[in-house]
Amino acid sequence: MKASLEPSRLAPADMMRASLIGLRTRRLRSVLSGLGIVIGIAAMVGVLGLSESSKSDLLAQLDQLGTNMLRIEAGSGIGIGTGELPEDSTAMVSRVGPVEQVASISETEASVYRTDLVPEGQTGGITVKAVDANLLATLQGQMDSGIFLDEAAGDLPVVVLGSVAAERLGVADGAGGTVVWLGDKWFSVVGVMETLDLSPDLDRAALVSYSTAEEFLDHDGVPSTIYVRSDPDDIDAVRSVLPATVNPESPDEVEVTRPSDALEAKEAADQAFTNLLLGLGAVALLVGGVGIANVMVISVLERRGEIGLRRALGATKGHISIQFLGESLILATLGGLGGVALGGAVTAAYAWSQGWDVLIPAVAIIGGMGAALIIGVIAGLYPAMRAARVSPTEALRTL
Amino acid sequence: MSPAASASTPTTVAPNDERTVLALSNVTKTYPGTPPVHAIRGVDLDIRSGELVSIVGPSGSGKSTLLHIVGTLDRATSGTVSVAGYDVDDLTDKQLSSLRSRHIGFVFQQFFLLAGETALDNVSDGLLYTGMPLNHRRVLAEQALDQVGLSHRMGHEATKLSGGERQRVAIARALIGSPDIILADEPTGNLDSKSGEDVVRLIEDLNADGTTIVVITHDHEIASRFPRQVSLLDGEVVEDTRSVEPEDLR
Repeated sequence: MKASLEPSRLAPADMMRASLIGLRTRRLRSVLSGLGIVIGIAAMVGVLGLSESSKSDLLAQLDQLGTNMLRIEAGSGIGIGTGELPEDSTAMVSRVGPVEQVASISETEASVYRTDLVPEGQTGGITVKAVDANLLATLQGQMDSGIFLDEAAGDLPVVVLGSVAAERLGVADGAGGTVVWLGDKWFSVVGVMETLDLSPDLDRAALVSYSTAEEFLDHDGVPSTIYVRSDPDDIDAVRSVLPATVNPESPDEVEVTRPSDALEAKEAADQAFTNLLLGLGAVALLVGGVGIANVMVISVLERRGEIGLRRALGATKGHISIQFLGESLILATLGGLGGVALGGAVTAAYAWSQGWDVLIPAVAIIGGMGAALIIGVIAGLYPAMRAARVSPTEALRTL
Repeated sequence: MSPAASASTPTTVAPNDERTVLALSNVTKTYPGTPPVHAIRGVDLDIRSGELVSIVGPSGSGKSTLLHIVGTLDRATSGTVSVAGYDVDDLTDKQLSSLRSRHIGFVFQQFFLLAGETALDNVSDGLLYTGMPLNHRRVLAEQALDQVGLSHRMGHEATKLSGGERQRVAIARALIGSPDIILADEPTGNLDSKSGEDVVRLIEDLNADGTTIVVITHDHEIASRFPRQVSLLDGEVVEDTRSVEPEDLR
């Protein structure tokens, strides 16, 4: 008997070429079946990218606004008093050591209208509040135009509008000397604030000084809300002593919140939504995988002749299965690359439109590609095994 | 292929004879079923290097089964098969693949050319599973295409050529590795008479250059053109004309 046979071999480059044949000759079908993976991966990358970009924006926002602000309100509910804080609570709070800034707000019963011709009651949801002059600084807010209430305003009939209030009253420029009808008197608008992220209720308010409120609105000056800026390191300690400081008799009637918690809660809600979208992306990916498997199974049936030929040319069962597995993998990889590119582009475009920093986490890209590859292997495995099992004699009888 | 001249003229060729490329001894193939189908019954056949043999028979005579057994695409139920000096029974499936990749060339009625590939690359696929690098295979493919008179079609997409040209590409693909034997299954079956004639002439020319070729056909006219005819009927060899004496084989 002769020397032993050298085994059949398929060079890696030829393996690649063989795996590309199906994709090259059936381009439209390949593109369509790869599209499922593109959409799935794009969804996952996009969701992760957008969530990361918005989170980074939120963190920047929190950083800027500070997490060291507390908001004190009179508690509300059955059996709880008037919904007002004690008159001297602002002074009491300012005596707490680590407290850096204190500013109070007091609800008035007045309403504000664009002119005296607007029927009473059509307030547009705008409230009138008496505030301390250092409120803007305590909230770290900014003026959109004009100036905030200062000591010089004294008890003059001047008002500062929140951003939404200004829009509803049709006041475009706080420095333009516009007058509004407030508490049966004309008030001059001296400034319009920018949106306040940590106290959105002020966006819908017209603000006057305590002395003005006392002079023109017959307001008693009892605070309803107090904003406290404290040393960030002692924020928890401050928070715990505030109720008793504000209202030693019934600390239970005092509610202390941290506005930045709301933003963090929003972030947590966003996270839940992100997870939902990620799940949808995973479903799309799964459907994409099924699409590839389907196309591969059809391809194996259609290409029985080719399989028979390859076996006749010396391909082993392994060579055949690797060819089809390779085809599925290439399809999934191209889909994955397309998906990462598309998801990245969507993220970049949306982040750009929102003015966020574009952040596509590496885990999204690596995870996306990894998921595509795994889907490719799983989707290709069964068709590849089927292709390898095709009997060469049967296959060559095809056509 | 360079068949060595033989001094002696044995009437029966031992499987181990260096010049024997194909030896079948009492080969049967039975497909299970009720009743079982005996596709091949006790076939003895030896083909020596340099021969041009036609295996002829009507539909259902077992020609294709015999081709698949000889081509190691299927295993015999009993009997021994030796191809290129290798006893097929002793080989694993992987080894049979290897045997096909280096020692056997196939030509099919349906050509089986790969769409989207040039004639040159289709021909170089003849050695795809030997692990030889593509550029090396392409050099050999050029020579093979030249041999079948298709050098001018090298860069054309193979499946877009005419029927006769496609079959010549397929023949070049079978030829490329200089296999010990080429098995052609109804090579003119899908061709018009003119192209069929060209292919028969090409087969004769290649044989004249020393290539061992077995042509399977149902067409007695074509079969009669070849020096040796083996007639099959109901799975048995009913006639074997070794019209060329072994010593005359060049």
